[in-house]
Amino acid sequence: MATAHGGTPAGTPKTKRPRRARGPTTPSRTPAASHDLDLLRQMLLIRRFEERCVELYSAAAIRGFVHLYIGEEAVAVGVHQALDERDAVVSTYREHGHALARGIPPEAVMAEMYGKSTGCSHGRGGSMHLFDADRRFYGGNAIVGGGLPLAAGLALADRLRGESRVTCCFFGDGAFAEGEFHETANLAALWGLPVLFVCENNLYAMGTALAREHAQTDLAMRAASYGMAAWAVDGMDVHAVERAARGAVESIRAGSGPHFLEMRTYRFRAHSMYDPDRYRPKDEVEEWKRHDPVTGLADGMRTAGLLDAAALEDLEHQAAEEIDDAVRAAEQAPEEPAEDLLLHVTGRHEEAQA
Amino acid sequence: MSTRTRPRAHPDDDSVTYREALREGLREALASDDRVFLMGEDVGRYGGCFGVSLGLLEEFGPDRVRDTPLSESAFVGAGIGAALAGLRPVVEIMTVNFSLLALDQILNNAATLRHMSGGQLGVPLVIRMTTGAGRQLAAQHSHSLEGWYAHIPGLRVLAPATIDDARHVLSAALVDPDPVLLFEHGSLYNAAGILDPSVRSVDLDRAAVRREGTDVTVVAYGGCVSKALEAAEELAGEGISAEVVDLRTLRPLDDATFVGSVRRTHRAVVVDEGWRSGSLSAEIESRICEQAFFELDAPVERVCSAEVPVPYARRLEEAALPQPAGIVAAARRVVS
Ligand SMILES: Cc1ncc(C[n+]2csc(CCOP(=O)(O)OP(=O)(O)O)c2C)c(N)n1
Repeated sequence: MATAHGGTPAGTPKTKRPRRARGPTTPSRTPAASHDLDLLRQMLLIRRFEERCVELYSAAAIRGFVHLYIGEEAVAVGVHQALDERDAVVSTYREHGHALARGIPPEAVMAEMYGKSTGCSHGRGGSMHLFDADRRFYGGNAIVGGGLPLAAGLALADRLRGESRVTCCFFGDGAFAEGEFHETANLAALWGLPVLFVCENNLYAMGTALAREHAQTDLAMRAASYGMAAWAVDGMDVHAVERAARGAVESIRAGSGPHFLEMRTYRFRAHSMYDPDRYRPKDEVEEWKRHDPVTGLADGMRTAGLLDAAALEDLEHQAAEEIDDAVRAAEQAPEEPAEDLLLHVTGRHEEAQA
Repeated sequence: MSTRTRPRAHPDDDSVTYREALREGLREALASDDRVFLMGEDVGRYGGCFGVSLGLLEEFGPDRVRDTPLSESAFVGAGIGAALAGLRPVVEIMTVNFSLLALDQILNNAATLRHMSGGQLGVPLVIRMTTGAGRQLAAQHSHSLEGWYAHIPGLRVLAPATIDDARHVLSAALVDPDPVLLFEHGSLYNAAGILDPSVRSVDLDRAAVRREGTDVTVVAYGGCVSKALEAAEELAGEGISAEVVDLRTLRPLDDATFVGSVRRTHRAVVVDEGWRSGSLSAEIESRICEQAFFELDAPVERVCSAEVPVPYARRLEEAALPQPAGIVAAARRVVS
């Protein structure tokens, strides 16, 4: 499928072969079925959540820059299968999917879009700056590449404290061109830090195609040159993503230092709600939509007899309800009073209140 | 204006937008001097993240309108190198927030090379970027850091506030033998107006008096000039005559114009979208005090952004930024 990704079939190991960490090849049907159903549930929720965001944006209920993840859901959901509560996640401005997969409740995310007090950043951040300290979700960074060094620092803290935690850092192919990536990759590899670099290669940095921003478009190979294990993964296949992430995380926990996964994926929508999307051939977008990760999983499950129409309808219904509730709650939630404008600038005030 | 027509905000009249005026200046620069080229993220195929360079790639080709990777430090530094070699690069950084990744190149190379080389090397480079808040883009897309750049010797820092200035600022910047930073306020791009055919150039050494008045001088620049004018209009209704000075150039400051104005009005309000502490407004207030202290009938007032990273929520963002009402209130206080 991935001729647009430089002619290399997605999922081909670029350096080392990822370890298969998925256990027995023929797991009993029930756990596999319920696992797949859960993957589908999460991806559907993200998809429908963002489709609702489009409507809300058009209705001017949410504002600012909004970057949709539609098409890339398998990456967030697949990677999160390998992470647990103790781990940390660092994300970008295209983070609705990461935030929801991390378990931040849709109400808290939606309220943040509305700029309400109940939002996960108390209305200060909006779509691009979702945070949840309790869930170790460290944003929500809108400076391309800005989160990468933070990930190294979070991992360094774990290393110094002897924790077997992993920091997972999501970023795009555009960020890979920034010095921030290269400086961080070097540092993480040099110090053997427990970082999982997840590069979401959706072939475009805003309007700039991969081949027009990278002299060498094989990102996994370049990452490997820093001395870390690195693979390219079919980012449209949630199982492939999960497998690769589990292998990498297991290996990081075992002390083998940073790992890099190049997720070959595609965004079905424009870069942001502002973007007229003039730079991508229509048939390229259509071609990628044929590899929709959500319908792909559903079709696969149907073929395997793990999903019927009723079950799918159930999931859709569930997602719609959850999102309706989130929107209702966000609409009713209070705004932050203007008198609270100066809160959360320094910690002193918060400490005094505590 | 060129005969090549572009979609207009108001197709039924002769008005142009600030965005189109800047584009016309770029087109003129590219057409009239083959040492000039534009480079930056998405300036070509995409047409510029704010649409300023739309169509220029087709007109001038990819050598002259050059898309770069996301590598602010590298392409700004490359612009400095190309300028050292005799070209006249115009480098676009999407916003001032992202320019911080190139701050090292701007400060440690562009601004300093002439001095460190004992006058042997000049860096005739223009760097364009967006600044300012007001569009609910939250902290990392909203800050006004031009005052920081105005702190740096060796740079010229510009903030065109009007359509005419936007149209002609680039040609004036390109004849400067030293690095020029051009700050375009994000909320101005869609502002439309009729170009004054009698205006053929921008005097970068002079601030502009945008409205004459006798009771108080309101000093502003960039996106705050229109707010100052709005405030002046309201003050006029109350019988207070406000003079509005548009700084236009933030470094070097044209003291003569704003201090001269204060000598006439004896009162001053300084408007700055930057934070108050250590801001450009502090510098301006200080110069007024240094040069016209005994002319003042009241302490100088400042209207700045609240000392908080700019928040997303509309109500909080509005509260954080200088607004006409705040300027009116400050003016009332100094004249009372
Ligand atoms: C340092 C910096 N430069 C430029 C931008 C403007 N910008 C925001 S997103 C983006 C494209 C990033 O592409 P990529 O890293 O591939 O991530 P994707 O949007 O494809 O997920 C650009 C240029 C920015 N936010 N920060």
